[in-house]
Amino acid sequence: MLVVVCVKQVPDTTQVQIDPVTNTLIREGVPFIVNPYDTHAIEEGLKFKDRFGFRVAAISMGPPNAEATLRKALSLGVDRAILLSDRVFGGADTLATSKVLSAAIERLAQEEEVGVVICGKQTIDGDTAQVGPGIATRLGYAQLTLVDRVEALDPSRRSIQVRRKLEGRHEEVEAPLPALLTVVRELNRPRYPTVAQRLEAVDAQVELWDNKVLNLDANQIGLKGSPTWVSRIFSPERAKGEMLGDGARDPEGAAQLLIDKMLEKDLLAL
Amino acid sequence: MMPHPPLFAVLLAASLVFFCFSVYRRFSLVLLGQPEERLDQPGQRLKDMLLYAFAQARVLRKPFGLNHFVIFWSFLVLALANGEFLVAGVFPGLNLGLLPEGVHHALLILFDLVSLATLVAIAFSFGRRLLIQPPYLDSRYVKGRSPEAFLILSFIALLMIAYFGMHGALIAQGAETATAAMPVSTLIASWLAPLGGGLDSVVLVSWWLHALVLLAFICFLPHSKHMHILTAIPNCYFGSLQWPNTQPRERFEKGGTFGVGSVEDFTWKDLFDSYSCTECGRCQAACPATNTGKPLNPRQIVHAIKTNLLENGPALKQGRPGTLPLIGDEGEGTNTEDSIWSCTTCGACMQACPVLIEQMPKIVKMRRHLVETKAHFPEELLNLFENMEQRSNPWGIAPGERAKWVSTLDVKPFAAGETEYLFYVGCAGSFDSRTKQVTVALATVLDAAGVSWGILGKDEKCCGDSLRRLGNEFLFDKMARENVELFRERGVKKVITLCPHCLTTLKNDYRQFGLELEVRHYSELISELVQTGRLKLTGGAAGLGTVTYHDPCYLGRHNGVYDAPRTLIEKATGKPVKEMERNRENSFCCGAGGGRMWMEELIGERINHARVDEALTQTPDTVCVACPYCLTMFEDGLKDRGAEKVQVRDIAEVIAESLRSV
Repeated sequence: MLVVVCVKQVPDTTQVQIDPVTNTLIREGVPFIVNPYDTHAIEEGLKFKDRFGFRVAAISMGPPNAEATLRKALSLGVDRAILLSDRVFGGADTLATSKVLSAAIERLAQEEEVGVVICGKQTIDGDTAQVGPGIATRLGYAQLTLVDRVEALDPSRRSIQVRRKLEGRHEEVEAPLPALLTVVRELNRPRYPTVAQRLEAVDAQVELWDNKVLNLDANQIGLKGSPTWVSRIFSPERAKGEMLGDGARDPEGAAQLLIDKMLEKDLLAL
Repeated sequence: MMPHPPLFAVLLAASLVFFCFSVYRRFSLVLLGQPEERLDQPGQRLKDMLLYAFAQARVLRKPFGLNHFVIFWSFLVLALANGEFLVAGVFPGLNLGLLPEGVHHALLILFDLVSLATLVAIAFSFGRRLLIQPPYLDSRYVKGRSPEAFLILSFIALLMIAYFGMHGALIAQGAETATAAMPVSTLIASWLAPLGGGLDSVVLVSWWLHALVLLAFICFLPHSKHMHILTAIPNCYFGSLQWPNTQPRERFEKGGTFGVGSVEDFTWKDLFDSYSCTECGRCQAACPATNTGKPLNPRQIVHAIKTNLLENGPALKQGRPGTLPLIGDEGEGTNTEDSIWSCTTCGACMQACPVLIEQMPKIVKMRRHLVETKAHFPEELLNLFENMEQRSNPWGIAPGERAKWVSTLDVKPFAAGETEYLFYVGCAGSFDSRTKQVTVALATVLDAAGVSWGILGKDEKCCGDSLRRLGNEFLFDKMARENVELFRERGVKKVITLCPHCLTTLKNDYRQFGLELEVRHYSELISELVQTGRLKLTGGAAGLGTVTYHDPCYLGRHNGVYDAPRTLIEKATGKPVKEMERNRENSFCCGAGGGRMWMEELIGERINHARVDEALTQTPDTVCVACPYCLTMFEDGLKDRGAEKVQVRDIAEVIAESLRSV
């Protein structure tokens, strides 16, 4: 059985600033990283590999330099890495992106039965959280979003049980395979590559699939296939905060205030 | 006098064969280790050997070392007497009596007095183990008061007693005429004289006692910790010429071994070190981890390597893997992961070792195995490693914020030819809010002293110190190469650092990457400027009250800077530093070195608490430090101890304060 993990190379958003004049992202000199949620997706895929002997494929749609992200996945132990890269894929919104990724997963499914597809719950650059559900819908897979624990997977019964992290509560769900999971950070702790794995990954093959391979209608993908477009990017005005409590004089009172505020905003689970 | 030369010849031959076989068996195991260059610069090595092995320079640092000094030199002198004894035992005519009488008599006086000195020293050794009992004598698997230790001491005592018994009886019989050359034996003779006819038996028994104990000693030696008699002197010759002792580079090639996971991955010198350990316990007495109840004990690390080698060696020699794990669960011959992660790399163990054993790099090599081969390490390090790799600082703060501390100042970028020094600010100086105050203070001091300096700003990268000490050599290697490239590109020649960890990394570690820089901790440079009158300090910081100074390990022990900080504090406050009990090379780590800054300290007492308690015994108003890690550890420790009234100041702040008040 094959596990497919969808990964994205994103700019390190903590280092991205917005040009105040043009209102566009200043991307120059900003390093790219693996979307942090996707590192948990990779880890969960590798855990399936460790437990059930499944094979893991990482796929990513992006420019040629997104290969670095796939190499990172290879260094962590995925068996196969595929870069979906073509000029006609460029400028895609979440709909067009999910079409390309779905096509790639379908193609993989022709070679080997796909049991699980795992995505990060969202990317830190777009933050839409739409691509994972889009893929599930397009492929007709069970859609399990915001997974923070995989309770069980039974290959013979072809079913999976997961826990979803919702606001203020959890939900336990069982679904048939194939299923698509979008995952949150609490799910697992990503592993660290060994030096041997890193050295292997340097020369490992990253397969390149362009539209000649996927053969999609150019009007359905990329910029042309994207009904959404960005009209403006701006930094939200941040309301000036107020100072509450005097931590230096009354640390316990300040701590209590903080706890109350956090409870009020439902940021603490009691 | 000659009891039985043929019998003795057989016994001697058998003992020597056994000795040689034992020595071969043990020493051939050392060759299982990896290659390491330790034969270069023979002149310097010979000097070190004379100083540390023959003059016992380090042994004598502790008062009781004098006792060992006496035993060591007695051993060398009496090796001649014992050599004669063995030869004459087989060939009775072949003895020192053949030498000119003057020389012979001189030797006899020497033997006589040295034997007495040895006997006295052995009595002291017994007394130290039985009565004084310093706390570092014993550890879990290594005991200074083991039966083995007492057996060896008894052997030596018996040899001396037999020597005097034999010579005393001979003199009493009138068979030995050189009485003037043997004052101690002559005194013994006067006690033995009443035995009359029984003297023959005394001679016979003494001779055989001497013979048998000597042969037993020869046979036992290679199987005991007293093997150090054979290894300690060469170990001083092969000692590291790099001081401070950092860790070696690794080669990263496919199919390679990374770090040390089993004993044969160590170099031959690492293995030889383990044979040279006398188990004196000085490293253990100095180790901050051992002293605060952590499972690490540098003596046990070295002992575990030896035990493991002896256990696994025979299999390894036949190409089979060893069965006793080098890293694993608690047990003799195995190091636990907790012990490996407890090291602060402070270097106190290496500083204490009388025979130049290098404990700390061995620990780091085992960390490398855990990080690089197993990817298995305390979980809090995952964040650190990712932050370092992605953002080149331990906190994972955006690199663009590196130069934010500059905001209130006019700071030039470094440009070769225009600015003399690169001020390498370092991660703590750039990102840590408390240390940023030190950075600003230092910047004003440098300006006040008229130093020409500039910074790399947001192009500056982390030096990688913590990564290297934590065993993530792969990442360190990458960062070091990038930094070396950057420094070359920018034409950097002279560097000032704020942090002693940056200092040692740029100065000592990057040398392995082909970069030779003039790197100085700011305290060295400023103190020089004060000495030459370019900067005047006139006690303006007297308001800091009584000041005690904590020597940062990487400034003091690792780089030998002890006086400059003290001079500066004295000039800035108008008062000499009030020293803590453990200071200078005996300073006790704050607990944050070796990457421990980024790890939880869950076992035993907190190291910074131990050090803060020591500082508080001096009732200081201010604790002065010269390292961002020490600054954090002291501020936290003082808070925990409810002693917030005591302030912690970096020397740069003290100087800045002194200048402000003028």
